[in-house]
Amino acid sequence: MKRLTKNTLTYAVSIAAAMTAASAFSATQITVATVNNGHMIEMQKLTPEFEKANPGIKVKWVTLEEGVLRQNVTQDIANKSGLYDVMTIGMYEAPIWGERGWLQAVDTSGNYDEKDILPSIRGGLSYNGTMYAAPFYGESSMVMYRKDLVKAAGMEINDRDSWEHIRDVAAAVNNPEKGIYGICLRGKAGWGDNMAFMTAMANSFGARWFDEGWKPQLQTSEWKDAVNFYVDLLTKYGPPGSSSNSFNENLALFNEGKCGMWIDATIAASFVTDPKQSKVADKVGFAQSPYAVTEKGANWLWAWALGIPAATKNADAAQKFVRWATSKEYIQLVGKNNGWAAVPTGTRASTYANPKFQKAAVFADAELKAINSANPNDSTLKPSPYVGVQFAAIPEFQAIGTTTGQMISGALSGSMTVDQALKSANISADRQMRQAGYY
Amino acid sequence: MTLNQQRKLKTFLTGLFAWTVALVLFFPIFWMFITSFKTELQAISVPPSLFFEPTLDNFRIVQERSDYIHHAWNSVVTSFGSTIIALIIAIPAAYSMAFFPGKKTKDILLWMLSTKMLPAVGVLVPIYILCRDYGLLDSKTALVIIFTLMNLPIIVWMLFSYFKDLPKEILEAARMDGATPWDEVVKVVLPLSVGAISSTALLSIVLCWNEAFWSLNLTASDAAPLTAMIASYSSPEGLFWAKLSAASTLACAPIVIFGWFCQKQLVQGLTFGAVK
Repeated sequence: MKRLTKNTLTYAVSIAAAMTAASAFSATQITVATVNNGHMIEMQKLTPEFEKANPGIKVKWVTLEEGVLRQNVTQDIANKSGLYDVMTIGMYEAPIWGERGWLQAVDTSGNYDEKDILPSIRGGLSYNGTMYAAPFYGESSMVMYRKDLVKAAGMEINDRDSWEHIRDVAAAVNNPEKGIYGICLRGKAGWGDNMAFMTAMANSFGARWFDEGWKPQLQTSEWKDAVNFYVDLLTKYGPPGSSSNSFNENLALFNEGKCGMWIDATIAASFVTDPKQSKVADKVGFAQSPYAVTEKGANWLWAWALGIPAATKNADAAQKFVRWATSKEYIQLVGKNNGWAAVPTGTRASTYANPKFQKAAVFADAELKAINSANPNDSTLKPSPYVGVQFAAIPEFQAIGTTTGQMISGALSGSMTVDQALKSANISADRQMRQAGYY
Repeated sequence: MTLNQQRKLKTFLTGLFAWTVALVLFFPIFWMFITSFKTELQAISVPPSLFFEPTLDNFRIVQERSDYIHHAWNSVVTSFGSTIIALIIAIPAAYSMAFFPGKKTKDILLWMLSTKMLPAVGVLVPIYILCRDYGLLDSKTALVIIFTLMNLPIIVWMLFSYFKDLPKEILEAARMDGATPWDEVVKVVLPLSVGAISSTALLSIVLCWNEAFWSLNLTASDAAPLTAMIASYSSPEGLFWAKLSAASTLACAPIVIFGWFCQKQLVQGLTFGAVK
């Protein structure tokens, strides 16, 4: 019996020692939550390069639909669950979560070269000067148009045209009998869908979401002018069913050769000029977004960025990964492996200075100009208390933006007038701001 | 029109109606299936193309990007595991309610059913926090528990409606022969209800297999079932319909094949309440 006990003890100690040794040498595993975008998928494919350079770290990917990702990461970070070590977030979340202490500051020490990051993008991802998420790719908005159709109509498009001129071009190009529509714009309801576009357009009409006392301004003449112009333009010269179209739907229409113009995210430039997915790849021109009374806020600013939740247990490994994925070296790695037209853009000045990129990406200049001209800290003609071009970086905005988007989408589909839509949206926004204690 | 002609016309119209309904129901699956063999550009072309050169590229991409076997295994474990546990709880519950009804039996049954009317999102936060506190986030255990609770009312109802139509005399005869309640369930009720139990189980498995809300909210990678894999193919910026269709086809395939083999039991299970 004694011998049996001794043997058992020996085995137990050996197994425990072996397990301890194994765990000592086992890799740290980090879980990265992301969306299914081309650049993100490329990052997943290149992850073995990171693991090779950091043998102690294994990366596990969770790819989610954008809405689900937002819900999951918000749940995770607000409840300090620690399910994810790195999360893909946008320019809207980064400053809000940074302020609340939900995110760790990005480690920009050493050779990370923080100053190489485009200033507007860095500013949009920071709170009080500290960067809380590292930009993976950034975008603004611009006009993408069919050079052949515009020329055939005897028109031309230049940087910062007026909205009236854009309407004239849309009218000249519009030919529904041949399946060509003058202009394609977002109409699908959502703060990140139609309201991203609508807010930038309204900014250029001199509108703002809130006044200095946080009172909603949706019933002002500036908003009415902007939304009336938008509804009229899209109703007359847009494709049927525009109220259901967002980025992907318009991308499909443009690539099929059905849009004369499309004003949307600069990231679309790489898709519409790719012959593998676009029938009009060699016929696309680019120009800076149009404006009405001011150029301020006429084009939006957005970045998909990598943030590290404060509750992560693998902070060091997460920092290493974020620094790698958002570094100059990573961009070079993508350029080397997949060609310079496929690199994540809109983040670093060095990318745009690279001759290989300039040669491969016909849209490079237009994109950089658009990103540099957007300023999230000064995006409205009249003073406003919020940060953000196409959104207001406050937690209440998601709900307010989506409700307003639903109303404007309703006005576009004809179920209500523009005045009714803006009145309802303003009442709803006023109620939410009051409940949140802004006044 | 003669009586014979009237009958033929009625049969023809009934057949036509049934075929129309079947085709309408089947069309989205058919469209998903053929879209999975298109390129992204063909998938979004207007008007949509029915004839095209098929490609297996989308399946290759899904295979490369996602660990299909891992997700499929999670789906199998959670669907079958929760169904088995739910049956273990539901069979005695339905037996007692069917053969020994009390004053409140009907109320209890209605209450159980009413829990299905509560929107799942209403209890998301408390359940999420419970899972976090017990270390069950991203675990198959959490999904098995949730799926069991989710399907229990339906399983109890289905078994109850079958059990209550079993002749009570058979159980009385067993009791006369000295059968205990355990014997009654195991040796009398269960052998008589194999068809009903298997069709109920099948329905429960299908419901679990297709469940997405809890799967997306409570899992990340380790326990993510096929529904989570499908969701990962939707993209906010970029074309994705063909790849999404390929992922959906792969996710649907096992349960469609399983359902095909078991369709007799499934139809019987769905109709036994109506015809008995």
